[in-house]
Amino acid sequence: MSSSEAFPASGVPPRAGGTNVADRLFKGTTLLFALSVVAIMVLMAGAMLRTALPAIRAFGWHFPFTSTWDPVAERFGALPFIYGTLVSSLLALSIAVPLSLGGAIFLVELAPHWLAQPIAFLIDLLASIPSVVYGLWGIFVLAPWLRTTVQPALGALLGVLPLFQGPAYGVGMLAAGMILAIMVIPFISGVSREVLMAVPNSQREAALALGATKWEAIRTAVLPYSRSGIIGAIILGLGRALGETMAVTMVIGNRPEIALSLFAPGYTMASVIANEFAEATSDFHLAALIEIGLLLFGVTILVNGLARLLVWSVAGNGAATVRE
Amino acid sequence: MRWSYLHKWMVFGVLGVAALSALVSLPSMTNEVSAEMLINGAGATFPYPLYSKWFSEYARVDPSARFNYQSIGSGGGIRQVKVGTVDFGASDAALSDEDLKQMPRELLHIPTVAGAVVITYNLPGVGKGLKLTPDALAEVYLGQITKWKDPKIASLNPNMNLPDQQIIVVHRSDGSGTTNIFTTYLNTISNTWATKVGKGTAVNWPVGLGGKGNEGVAGQVKQTPGAIGYVELAYAEQNKLPYALLKNRAGRFVEPSLEATSAAVAGAIGELVKDVRVPIVNSPAERAYPIAGLTYLLVYKAQNDQKKAASLAKFFWWAIHDGQKYAPELLYPPLPPQVVKVIESTIKQITFQGKPVLEAN
Repeated sequence: MSSSEAFPASGVPPRAGGTNVADRLFKGTTLLFALSVVAIMVLMAGAMLRTALPAIRAFGWHFPFTSTWDPVAERFGALPFIYGTLVSSLLALSIAVPLSLGGAIFLVELAPHWLAQPIAFLIDLLASIPSVVYGLWGIFVLAPWLRTTVQPALGALLGVLPLFQGPAYGVGMLAAGMILAIMVIPFISGVSREVLMAVPNSQREAALALGATKWEAIRTAVLPYSRSGIIGAIILGLGRALGETMAVTMVIGNRPEIALSLFAPGYTMASVIANEFAEATSDFHLAALIEIGLLLFGVTILVNGLARLLVWSVAGNGAATVRE
Repeated sequence: MRWSYLHKWMVFGVLGVAALSALVSLPSMTNEVSAEMLINGAGATFPYPLYSKWFSEYARVDPSARFNYQSIGSGGGIRQVKVGTVDFGASDAALSDEDLKQMPRELLHIPTVAGAVVITYNLPGVGKGLKLTPDALAEVYLGQITKWKDPKIASLNPNMNLPDQQIIVVHRSDGSGTTNIFTTYLNTISNTWATKVGKGTAVNWPVGLGGKGNEGVAGQVKQTPGAIGYVELAYAEQNKLPYALLKNRAGRFVEPSLEATSAAVAGAIGELVKDVRVPIVNSPAERAYPIAGLTYLLVYKAQNDQKKAASLAKFFWWAIHDGQKYAPELLYPPLPPQVVKVIESTIKQITFQGKPVLEAN
């Protein structure tokens, strides 16, 4: 519907052209705000690029593909950090997505109102806990529990898989993934809940009227309709997990090594910057750390871009499925 | 047509940002004049509790000097001194000759207080007082000794019932002065360490888990049976952590303490007279605890503001004399008198237009 049809021959001026001064002022101001965000991004990238230049020149393309991190000999490679960031985030998602989605579906579709409200409130509350508190909880509660209970059990049960081998330290990739999972649950669950609530009731009613069970209605009518929104929620969670620093640093074990086992300590890009930036005295060490920051920037953009593509492709399919 | 409008507005936007930034930067230019003397410093976090005590106590001695110290870490402190955004810097590690050459002018090191690094461990059923030799410690951190029952440890502790357990090595993950002192020590006593790892605020650890900060290392050690870690002396004392006795150069097993650390500083006097930057680890003194170091204030020798330079020099003078009495209560080992004498001469080197700012007294 166009505005000329909605307001035929009324006193409302047409929007096109922007002859109204207030309109133009408003548009200009908002444009300024929008552009300032872009400008900040560009300035940040530029400043980082300039400081990272010595490391970029020295290591070139080897930097993201080598594993040595030796501040004394000034040999730097970012591979273990990239690996740690991706693995801990994916591990977090693989734990958090089923939990958050299941929770959101229960709260929106199945739970009685008196139960849904307090549970939703508690889940949202998780988002407001500072990450250093998560980290402390990780050190003092989660890691000992993993070491004494979870890791021996996993080792005995699934020890044939390389993922669950090696000594149980408590801290390590598994601990980092679990902490991250808890931290991203409120984001994924909260957004998914809103998306599910936005599904028109007519969708559910139509499915139920055709004789679908509750589960079938959710599966065939509600979830396809909200698919792109849910993927958006997962991307939001992933972004949070990729950039999280404090809590992960406290429980991941901070060892720049690529180990297949989830029990082994690891390291993330954000953690190494947080750990070494303040005391990096040589310009070269600093340049290497800044280059890691630049890489994190790049990885985040890449992951978000891929996810955006996924949303677009899925959004088309989703709409098609609903119409069938 | 839409695009031409967009372009026009973009131009307006850029102008607007420029105008805004001009407005923001204006007040800072007129802010220079002030009745009080504001002295800016930045750097090491390790001595920060003592420095902040000094600043508040010194306000009674000289009310005109007001200190603003940002404990952003030694690396940040050195960088800020280099670009001249602060009046003095602070670092837990002395600058190398090469680093000093990169400074715009000659930089002085003023040691303010000592620090020691304590070996802590978690061995259920084994109390305080595990004995370690430098070799055993280095081999543990190199990953060459992996079990507590290893004869190299067991033979030192015949009365202790050491468990047949893996040693879980814990180190600092964040760059720190504590790590610098610890690795400088290992670098001094072990050739293998020196060639394989080296020394610095952050190194490429052969083995172990990284904990963030003293609290991260202590937390990890406390939670994990069989763990060994290193923390700052003050932190170990405050948290009543069990610590190891270390064999010093004189062959004695020494317990870490304020006195033993001050003794280590005093023992290195022969070297410190020549250069205060020299590491004081593995001190030859009989009662010295071997893993010790100094923390420094960094200041340019040639100052370009006479009043500020005089204020700074007076404060430094006060800090190494009267200020030292606040050190033990905050669990910092004070400087021994013979070392204070050495630092006095360094402070007297601070000049304005070639003349010393501190009258000889």
